[in-house]
Amino acid sequence: MEKQDHLDLYHQMVLIRRVEERAAELYQQGKIGGFLHLYIGQEAVSTGLIAARQPQDRVITAYRDHGVALNVGIPADLVMAELLGKATGISKGRGGSMHMADVEKNFWGGHAIVGAHLPIAAGMALGDQYSENDGVTICMFGDGATNIGFFHEGVNLSKVWDLPVLWVCENNQYGMGTTIERASAVSEIRQKAEGYGIPNERVDGMDVMAVRAATLKALEYIRSGKGPYFLEIMTYRYRGHSMGDPERYRESGEVKKWQENDPIGIYRVYLGKEKIAKENQLDAIDERVDEEVQAAVQFAESSPEPELEELFADVYAK
Amino acid sequence: MSKQITMREAISQAIWEEMERDEKVFIMGEEVGVWGGTYAVTKGFYDHFGPKRVRDTPIAEAAIVGGGIGAAMVGLRPIAELMTINFAFVAMNHIVNEAAKMRYMFGGQMSVPLVIRAVGGGGRQLGATHSQTPDAIFAHFPGLKVVAPGTPYDAKGLLKSAIRSDDPVMFIEHATLYQTRGEVPEGEYTVPIGKSKIQRPGRDVTIVTYSKMLDVSMKAAEQLAKEGIEAEIVDLRTLRPLDMEPVLESFRRTNRAVIVEEGWRSYGIGSEISARIYEGAFDYVDAPIKRVAQTEVPLPYNRALEQSALPHAEDIIQAVKEVL
Repeated sequence: MEKQDHLDLYHQMVLIRRVEERAAELYQQGKIGGFLHLYIGQEAVSTGLIAARQPQDRVITAYRDHGVALNVGIPADLVMAELLGKATGISKGRGGSMHMADVEKNFWGGHAIVGAHLPIAAGMALGDQYSENDGVTICMFGDGATNIGFFHEGVNLSKVWDLPVLWVCENNQYGMGTTIERASAVSEIRQKAEGYGIPNERVDGMDVMAVRAATLKALEYIRSGKGPYFLEIMTYRYRGHSMGDPERYRESGEVKKWQENDPIGIYRVYLGKEKIAKENQLDAIDERVDEEVQAAVQFAESSPEPELEELFADVYAK
Repeated sequence: MSKQITMREAISQAIWEEMERDEKVFIMGEEVGVWGGTYAVTKGFYDHFGPKRVRDTPIAEAAIVGGGIGAAMVGLRPIAELMTINFAFVAMNHIVNEAAKMRYMFGGQMSVPLVIRAVGGGGRQLGATHSQTPDAIFAHFPGLKVVAPGTPYDAKGLLKSAIRSDDPVMFIEHATLYQTRGEVPEGEYTVPIGKSKIQRPGRDVTIVTYSKMLDVSMKAAEQLAKEGIEAEIVDLRTLRPLDMEPVLESFRRTNRAVIVEEGWRSYGIGSEISARIYEGAFDYVDAPIKRVAQTEVPLPYNRALEQSALPHAEDIIQAVKEVL
């Protein structure tokens, strides 16, 4: 990795966090409607994954999708505009927080029914296998999704047909407010991949370099035609499941303990220790992000609402 | 030149010809390959097209439909076969929450050119879980197209249109129609989705129907003709998007309508069509519109009981006489 690559990753992680912090404020001001699920604490996961992919690799994720949206390069302006439901939003204001996508950037969405995008990911991978493309479909989902039937149908099919798909379980240890031990027969999720004969690995999701390295290895395996691979990435969300979550299910001490292992903090230390970047360089990135986010909010707020005729657009191709 | 073929042959030909025409078309589902199709629709396909394009799946309907959606999103034209429409409920999330919404929800970025083939219908003593005609449920969802042909000609032409459509299409077949014969041209043709059609002209009453009940309605019309009553039969062919124009045009001439469907009456096709006739042609109504439909029970196994719950030509004849 070049120095600039590192600085880009750092920039992405800080950008995700600041965009989301602003989004939380805008939500509280009533400017963002519906649900808002924040990714704060999990930034290293999507950042490490996307850093390792090739342009032909597709990515599809669940409803906690702002991180991936920014990682794949959707401008913060368009993410913020979508959150505000504006015509300029990446999904033209029809998707909202949970449904962002940019097909041009090989990002196939934000999907809001838990686990339902796993069979779809298998189908996308089938598309590449069928057309003899060497792309891999990276499919991200939470630990909660591994208890639903869709997970098992999708993962099983991927192995039966040796599909080029990288299954990525972001284990943040809660499905909404229910701990993994209360919801899953095994708390080590990778054991479920074991059950389907799929090679797997547990990864420290607070360390962006560890996520990137594991992803590179997994993608190489899949690209060589050996079939699917499964990563269980250990992470933690600092905020509630969504805005308005009273968080009765966990002690604040638990959150504090994880925050000591903050992915952005860890990466800053790494960049200093490896003499890749000085403190003041990173501070400069932080400042640049603040300006970017400010501009994004301005762009979103000053963007027009969708025209009423837009209500009827795109229900059908024709 | 045309030829008498069965509905099964018509459907089979449509898939075969589209697979020959376009490499991106493939079929996946339970027993579509080595077995040759549970209803023998894909007999011979596996040997000709091979396992890549004729894909046997696990018994996992969410994977069949979900996998089809994913493959369609990235540019293929999959035909996902559900062994029966009753199993579509197992894949309901993928049909209604994913396929139907993908284009709209992401601002028009994605297409789902997927055909979901599913065979339904009662009358074969398969018991309550395997005998349903739940077509109306699928027609409820904007974003889906729902096609249910009643003749071999329409089945072949509509299935070809469905495969070429950039939208997800639920293509509903009827198990007791597979042996029905009809004229089908030998050359290439398609039938547009979203067009109803007058299958039998008549002056006295409009019968609106589709799929298997077209056949039953035609028989009823022949009986009625012997008594000097000429029924006009409008075949919906597509349930969504619904083409009401031929229905309303016919009704404005006959001023009387009977709507015939195999599914249950409540919240059904008949409810929708009759409401639309009242909305669109109220001034032309000379008698209350009648609905002929399935008795509101889960279908029983016993042959006599099952038959008594399904609509028959006699029920249609009686309804017609009531509106005249």
